[in-house]
Amino acid sequence: MSGREAILGKVRNALAANGSASDRQQVVTERLETAPKGIVPARGKLKPAQRVALFRSMAEQVSCTVRQVKKRDTIPRAVMEYLRSKNLPAALRMGDDRRLTRLPWADFHTLDIKTGPSDGDDLSGISYASGGIAETGTVMLQSGSDNPTTINFLPEHHIVVVDAKDIAGDLETLYAKLRRKFGRGGMPRVVNLITGPSRSGDVEQKIVLGAHGPRAVHIIIVDA
Amino acid sequence: MTQHTITSPAFKENARAALNNTQLQRALGNVEQGFIAKRSLAADALPEFDALRDNARDIKNHSLEHLDLYLEAYEAKVIETGGHVHWAQTAEDARGIVLDICRKVDAKIVTKSKSMITEEIGLNDFLEKSGIAPIETDLGEYIIQLRGEAPSHIIAPAVHVNKDEVEEAFRKAHDYLPGNRELEEPEQLLDEARRVLRAKYFEADIGITGANFLVAETGTSIVVTNEGNADLTQTLPRIHVVIASIEKIVPTLEDSAQILRVLARSATGQESSVYTTFSTGPRRPDDPDGPDQYHVILLDNGRSAMLGTEFQEMLRCIRCGACMNHCPVYHAVGGHAYGWVYPGPMGAVLTPSLIGVDKSGHLPNASTFCGRCESVCPMRIPLPKMMRHWREREFERGLNPATARYGLKFWAYFAKRPRLYHFAAAFGLPLLAFFGGRKRRLRKLPFAGGWTRHRDLPAPQTKSFLQQWQKHEARRRGGRT
Amino acid sequence: MESSGKNPRVGLFVTCLVDLFRPAVGFASVRLLEDAGCDVSVPMAQTCCGQPAYNSGDRADTRAIAEEVIKSFEDFDYIVAPSGSCAGMLKKHYPSLFLDDPVWHKRSVAFSAKVHELTSFLTDVLSVSSVSAKFNGSVTYHDSCSGLRELGIQGQPRKLLSTVEGLEMTEMKDPDVCCGFGGTFCVKYSDISNAIVEKKAANVENTAADLLLAGDLGCLMNIAGKLRRQKAKTEVRHVAEVLAGMTNSPPIGGRGKS
Repeated sequence: MSGREAILGKVRNALAANGSASDRQQVVTERLETAPKGIVPARGKLKPAQRVALFRSMAEQVSCTVRQVKKRDTIPRAVMEYLRSKNLPAALRMGDDRRLTRLPWADFHTLDIKTGPSDGDDLSGISYASGGIAETGTVMLQSGSDNPTTINFLPEHHIVVVDAKDIAGDLETLYAKLRRKFGRGGMPRVVNLITGPSRSGDVEQKIVLGAHGPRAVHIIIVDA
Repeated sequence: MTQHTITSPAFKENARAALNNTQLQRALGNVEQGFIAKRSLAADALPEFDALRDNARDIKNHSLEHLDLYLEAYEAKVIETGGHVHWAQTAEDARGIVLDICRKVDAKIVTKSKSMITEEIGLNDFLEKSGIAPIETDLGEYIIQLRGEAPSHIIAPAVHVNKDEVEEAFRKAHDYLPGNRELEEPEQLLDEARRVLRAKYFEADIGITGANFLVAETGTSIVVTNEGNADLTQTLPRIHVVIASIEKIVPTLEDSAQILRVLARSATGQESSVYTTFSTGPRRPDDPDGPDQYHVILLDNGRSAMLGTEFQEMLRCIRCGACMNHCPVYHAVGGHAYGWVYPGPMGAVLTPSLIGVDKSGHLPNASTFCGRCESVCPMRIPLPKMMRHWREREFERGLNPATARYGLKFWAYFAKRPRLYHFAAAFGLPLLAFFGGRKRRLRKLPFAGGWTRHRDLPAPQTKSFLQQWQKHEARRRGGRT
Repeated sequence: MESSGKNPRVGLFVTCLVDLFRPAVGFASVRLLEDAGCDVSVPMAQTCCGQPAYNSGDRADTRAIAEEVIKSFEDFDYIVAPSGSCAGMLKKHYPSLFLDDPVWHKRSVAFSAKVHELTSFLTDVLSVSSVSAKFNGSVTYHDSCSGLRELGIQGQPRKLLSTVEGLEMTEMKDPDVCCGFGGTFCVKYSDISNAIVEKKAANVENTAADLLLAGDLGCLMNIAGKLRRQKAKTEVRHVAEVLAGMTNSPPIGGRGKS
């Protein structure tokens, strides 16, 4: 007997007394199809303006820096200002997300733009988030060539752009968005929920930023 | 390396050694001070926290009641997205599956993110013996790997280690680095680990992670970390292997959201952990990064035998560590004293299920039943109740020491017979009272060394309350008529 | 006090430790209950709530003891115990002993519904808001685990203590953390128990209070034993003694070092 059959057999035997097979299957099918939403905390259900404000303050609480800009066109300037403020070289890694690649980076001719996944040598990388979560100050990133996952983890500084309209109150709203895009039961290869820069408290419980992932996360919120 | 050795039968000796270990006692102070205050702040900051705990409990109960069906649904989804599912009945099976995967690609180096399941199956020892180098990437796990130790806490594996001991371990292991570098502070230690381990992620052939949840709806494994080590572990090598026990299943993404809300708050007092990562299958055509192969090993190793028993509720555990963070016994002796992988209250219930109560009988007994663990458990697991159930199993099987059994039976004989009991009390009390003397306490008493070794025994008065009350009532009634 | 027939009829479950080691707590309990208008009886057919057997895994003996307790007490309007631990056993655990016996289960549920710990009975059931007692000195209060977590006793004793004339309350650090008693635990794992009670005793001493109070004699004997062994100043009594104004008898474990 295979491990699979043995384990499932033991589980079935142990649960045998819990109703007929067809009833049980129906309960499971229904749950998987309806995916009932549980409790969403009140703070995850704010109106759009308050939502962005909460997102901002929650992100700052977990040691992100946050900047809000009016238009997408101003992102390159905001990025340059961030790099300068941190004394970082004018170099940036990004994927092929057109919301990023089409921006007027050329205005800053000193800036060295590298596209594609990070090879571990980048000091700064930029990604476009598919959403934000106000409840926790979290950004959501999806794998793919537009925003390669390695950019989320290898550069020392991770700049994350998120559109204000994509900032949801709660995680559940972003799940619903994923379902619309990938179909029921579908997911991108990787979804990263990121809430602040990497950290560890493993030495005497002292929280230190910059464990294995980025030492700093800079969020740029785009109003329109 | 002694990672897999079971020393639970020597719990008392382990505990005594721990109590006399001043380094350890200093480190344990951090648990008591840090985790408790942080959790309490986080719980208080979320008005819906307790309602979420109820929901989290209900979700896991539902999942466990339909575990076979959700496992099948999960498996189908993993396969649909191009992943492989392996079923392991035992620790040995799981190790064998890992080795097979390694052999197929001739793997030499395996990076690992923190996973209690791999501790449970003793994977590191096994891989080393098979000529494969496992490299722990979580800072805490890395520290104890260098020290040749097992974790002493399920979310803070090196909580028993002080920073000077970490420095010592790093200087020894990283002897190729300049000897005069500064390495006293947590920042410097973390930075060195970051640099050393960064190279390893790129060298590794295979990355092994655990999972906090397996989502049946999508075939997704979810892993939660603060360091980002699980992400580098699973993104950079060619192969990602997830090892998870079967009870990690939840039905839907929504269900995971409910439990995620209580997980970090209960564990570290964070509103959310830094990284919550959802992985579904291997690299896709448009993916410029990520692993070529995605394997999941579903481990039973005793869990299915807990279903349908009084220990089923233990399978709700999400390994947050809140129970041990709040346990006075854990605070006193630390995690290693428990003698196997899972310490503290959750270990006191789970360990007997996994390695047998005959080997780990001390664990469910070494509790004051103060109930603090249950009061903070995000999954509302009745830990004291289940420890008591283990004591019942021990008692039924006659596993507890003969002296304790006879003592108990002797006492129970009287406790069931009030007249005889009061008669005996009338003899015994004056004796104790006499020895207590004017100071009203006893410094030594035969058969009560466990008490009087450390404290005085307050002496009784010469007559029991019931004796006195009888007289008192007789007088009252006499006075009335 | 004459029974008026309307007064609540209370059966006092003395608890084995009070019966054997601290009769003063029994008398204090009776006084508090009578002052609150109760008609108090103390059935002689009582020994222990059964926890030593229950927590050692001996269900058969526990059940036999529980049956005796239920038989002796089930006819009262209320059953009151000067102990959160024993009241918790009677209230929260007895029904689970009879799950396979519908008749006894029903009896145990009806019985359990009437069980209360002393201070919570006075405040929550009888709505007593003050006591007429005096105590000149500072006290600190230890929350015993079962009372706190099984029965939710925390504010009740403090509220009553706040009405004791002359009494000054000084809270200790971690009053809600276990003292390390744990019934047979303190003997079976005496080294660990000692480490826990050492912390408790230090927290007590740091308040510099004259008197430590709690609602459970097990914890009190444990902490008193440690404080006396360490030659501390703080003395120890059951909360009922202070609430009843009965503080003439020597404290638990004797006088503190002055």
